[in-house]
Amino acid sequence: MLTIKKYVYIPCGTDLTALYRAEVGDYPKFFKMDTACKLGFLLAERLAEEPRFTPREDRAVLMFSTCGSLCNDRHYEDSVREFPSPSLFVYTLPNIITGEIAIRNKFEGETSAYVLEWFDPETFVALVEQAFQDAVTESAVCGWVDARADDDFTAFAFLVERDGNGMEFNKETIYGTVNQ
Amino acid sequence: MRKVVVIGESILSPLGATPQENFEAVCRGESALCRYEGMFGVKEPFVASLMDRTQWQVEGRTFFDAVMIEAARRAVEDAGIDPSSPRTAFVLSSIKGNIEHIDTQDVTLAVSARRLADAFGNPNAPVVVSNACISGLAALLQGRRMLIGGEFDHVVVVGAEVQSRFIVTGFQSLKALSEAPCKPFDAHRDGLNLGEAAAAVVLGFGDSGWELVDGAVRNDANHISGPSRTGEGSFKSLRYVLRNCTPDELAFVNVHGTSTLYNDEMEAIAIDRAGLLDVPVNALKGTFGHSMGAAGILESILSMHAVDAGLVLPTRGFSELGVSRAVKVSTEMGKTDKKAFIKLLSGFGGVNGALLFRKGGAAC
Repeated sequence: MLTIKKYVYIPCGTDLTALYRAEVGDYPKFFKMDTACKLGFLLAERLAEEPRFTPREDRAVLMFSTCGSLCNDRHYEDSVREFPSPSLFVYTLPNIITGEIAIRNKFEGETSAYVLEWFDPETFVALVEQAFQDAVTESAVCGWVDARADDDFTAFAFLVERDGNGMEFNKETIYGTVNQ
Repeated sequence: MRKVVVIGESILSPLGATPQENFEAVCRGESALCRYEGMFGVKEPFVASLMDRTQWQVEGRTFFDAVMIEAARRAVEDAGIDPSSPRTAFVLSSIKGNIEHIDTQDVTLAVSARRLADAFGNPNAPVVVSNACISGLAALLQGRRMLIGGEFDHVVVVGAEVQSRFIVTGFQSLKALSEAPCKPFDAHRDGLNLGEAAAAVVLGFGDSGWELVDGAVRNDANHISGPSRTGEGSFKSLRYVLRNCTPDELAFVNVHGTSTLYNDEMEAIAIDRAGLLDVPVNALKGTFGHSMGAAGILESILSMHAVDAGLVLPTRGFSELGVSRAVKVSTEMGKTDKKAFIKLLSGFGGVNGALLFRKGGAAC
């Protein structure tokens, strides 16, 4: 059975730079990231546990959205008219968010990005459960980060583990948690 | 545990409209890679493998949606399954989908996935796996997991990618494109070529045929656009699937082999670390270019056909080893009586993946 160890969210409209300065402050790469990656990064910081930064293969990063990298895709497309920007282009992939979290935390396990039509708790839970078919995966940072625009987003994440002490990770509990 | 097997397949590429046509074209050493000038409004010339858009035009559909749906339709027909059944699910693999229409349409992959499910009257939520260049491989693994999860009898896994100014200028800006047909693992390799394709596989349960034995996805946790110097994620992915087979069972490892300096070197290191230096290695990017979200499915299907024919396909574009490890790159058509292979891919975001395929009835 999968259980929820921790749940975090970032309200829409939050000043992400201010949040970074207040809660992190020591990772300048943050400023290169697009909005979706900043959100994923900050969520993962809030989920982080001590000891940190020890390489581990048993923790997966599974991120979901509807928009993928669309918000940054528009920025890149705008740059193409002048001069295509390589630093924007690398963020035009929906899975870069998982890579940023893996790099920061030294998570060497599975990283996967999925696109769903909407935040459908049933599909979200099913896909996370299926990811635990990987025999090495013992826990996962799994989140919904949907950046429709730089100031319009939905962002929350769970730290889920196998057979922990927390609430069961199922569609009812996550629906209740997210709605709160 | 019941075996997850391939029960239907399709490939649409510049080299053919069926898996067999594509396989025969590969065996003949063909490629559709050619030089384009002014294509998609891109100023600098580039070499790519592009499909004939007039051939696949469907009224009221974008080119991407048309090839995605057509590839799925052919695989569904090949498998003879009911795509509208609640016991059938659809998984889409793509990186940029309809991105060429970013100025005029909703280009999110979620919208394409909806069109895919709707085209077949399928009632389930379609899932998009968008995991950079390993998307096709990750989508196949996802299909396997959904079947094992127990809710479905069949999963249609469709990979598609079409090229555009958006993608070509992006890779040009990264200086990742070669100005000539690419040379996987070669000493003179200098970058990749982009490609277009749509390919689909229907997965189901069975005792015979090609089994998707297992797979893994692992991150380098190193850099978002540069491969690991120790091949960390690829090595760990290989190590995971090698729990289920020994190297001497393998006909070959079909690698990513994009022909960038760093990717191919990284794969060579991972192959060495995984103890696979004696296993033939081949890559298909010199034939099809890099078809991104389609690549994992396209290359897996052609690898199955090769093993079925007792062949190890050559690596088009390769002539002189240009990586630091003594990888056994297949230069000419080889023969094999082995019945398993590994598909290996890696991509931006530090993501890597390996899948193990084995022909049913073969020893474990």
